[in-house]
Amino acid sequence: MHIPDGFINGATSAGAAVVAAGAVGAALRKSGQELQRRMVPMAGLVAAFIFALQMLNFPVAAGTSGHLLGGALAAVLLGPSMGLLAVTVVVVLQALVFADGGISALGLNVLNMAVVTSLVGWGAFIGSMAILRKRTSSVVVASFVAAAISVIASSIAFAFEYAIGGQGGAPVGTVFTAVAGVHTLIGLGEGLITAATVAAVLVVRPDLVFGARRYELETSIQVSRRGAVAGFVASGLAAAVLLVVFVAPFANPNPDGLESTAEQEGFIDTAADNSVGGPLAGYGVTGIDSATVGTVLAGVVGVLLTFLVGLLVFRLFSRVDQSRLDRSPGPP
Amino acid sequence: MSRGKPASVVTTGHAHALYVHGKSPVHRLPPECKVAALLVFVIAVVATPPRAVWAFGLYAAIAAAVLAVSGVPRRVVARRAVVEIPFLLFAVMLPFLGPPPDVAVGPMELSTVGLWAAWSIVAKGTLGVLASIALTATTEVTDILEGLDRLRVPRVFTDIAGFMVRYLDVILGEQRRMRVAMLSRGYDPRWWWQARALAASAGSLFIRSYERGERVFFAMTARGYQGHMPRFAREEAGARSWVLALALPTLAAAVALATATWLETPR
Repeated sequence: MHIPDGFINGATSAGAAVVAAGAVGAALRKSGQELQRRMVPMAGLVAAFIFALQMLNFPVAAGTSGHLLGGALAAVLLGPSMGLLAVTVVVVLQALVFADGGISALGLNVLNMAVVTSLVGWGAFIGSMAILRKRTSSVVVASFVAAAISVIASSIAFAFEYAIGGQGGAPVGTVFTAVAGVHTLIGLGEGLITAATVAAVLVVRPDLVFGARRYELETSIQVSRRGAVAGFVASGLAAAVLLVVFVAPFANPNPDGLESTAEQEGFIDTAADNSVGGPLAGYGVTGIDSATVGTVLAGVVGVLLTFLVGLLVFRLFSRVDQSRLDRSPGPP
Repeated sequence: MSRGKPASVVTTGHAHALYVHGKSPVHRLPPECKVAALLVFVIAVVATPPRAVWAFGLYAAIAAAVLAVSGVPRRVVARRAVVEIPFLLFAVMLPFLGPPPDVAVGPMELSTVGLWAAWSIVAKGTLGVLASIALTATTEVTDILEGLDRLRVPRVFTDIAGFMVRYLDVILGEQRRMRVAMLSRGYDPRWWWQARALAASAGSLFIRSYERGERVFFAMTARGYQGHMPRFAREEAGARSWVLALALPTLAAAVALATATWLETPR
């Protein structure tokens, strides 16, 4: 995700730099007001933590790998403005010190990985908390949703930038589906790690979680594990379906993109015949509308299938873990 | 800290692992001059149209000259340039994906647009990485931060960055200890379906690092920390340093301006 120099043209990079600078400037002004003495070291720690997380490149699909972004985590722990600053620091230092991401692409990288992730992440967090019951476990669930959505939003921002000023060649639809597809998976990983981190901090030091301080939380000491997991899964699933409904139409003009999404999701046989072909044949609607509906349906089916497979895998592994737990003498 | 595999990024000493000790003129330049020079150079490189191939030759010569003067071993430069590889792979794909007109190269039909795009990404990306390496190999991270301070980067920003650089040691050390512990218990998570183990360790890594960091913070507070790290009073960079640092980047900028105006005018 770290865009190097010369990957996106100069005008787009400059435009992104202006937008990013505006957002960072606003965050700086805001942080001046709310800055407590303790916040700067905490922000530094979160930045270092995110830096370490971003070093974990894990293989996602054939040949591609991705890393975590951390914007939502920073926003939940530090608040949107300090969080934005912390991730900006990470991205700037990566470019200056580690040659990871181009200097001229700094605006783009800050926009994608710091501004979009922390602001979208914070928005999703607030939104989720508005729906959920105000208790500790909800903060964890909301963090999961925020992280997953923020990563996908970031990949969409990248795809838009590529569409505006990408250097030559690759069809935008293909780039979009490849990037958004890969980052949907990364988003789930990011959600898990963010939720786990927030949960760990909530248990030990709830005072450190900015996102939790906003609410009068019922300290549900013994939330039933099963209930928490179910809430977790349900909200994640809802987020994914919503995302597909809103995002899939963008991928629609390019049939290649749709096909590769379908292929990636592993439902090309079923979806291509039923969902995409169905509306076209059955309802006899022609043109873009039907293709959009088809894409959305195919996407929803894909998400549900992926979810079921994921659930199966998750079950399998949690059983293994449970058996190990049973053997161990105390809590892990 | 000193036991086990050496950290990939950070050493236990005061010097950062990215820093290559030396006394070259590049090392001795004030950090704010070097950061400004890097910015000017990279922006010049990116602004140059890809068809001005000779200009990139000149830029490469500038980067090579600076690296040669700095005395940073070529081996180190090569090893550090690997961050670029994912995007190079993308660049290699472009000639196959790009739109027509195609040009026949041996048995393959390659897109000319794609070929130029690939050249552009490879040339500009590589030059950007080389220039960044020239900065980081000759400047300690704390000095870079001080340079940013001098360039009027907001104080909150450099303070967060300063803490980040210091905490990175704590986190990586803590992470290494936890990983060794996990490995010695026979578990080695490295794939996404093992994300659960990764997620669980991330949570405890944060708490462990925070609690270590908090002890450091209290110790700092006890020693008079007021919310800003004190900076060593160093002399402002003189006119000579600025001229020396900016000479070559300015040349690059002039070339970029010239090529951009001449080559971009419609023929």
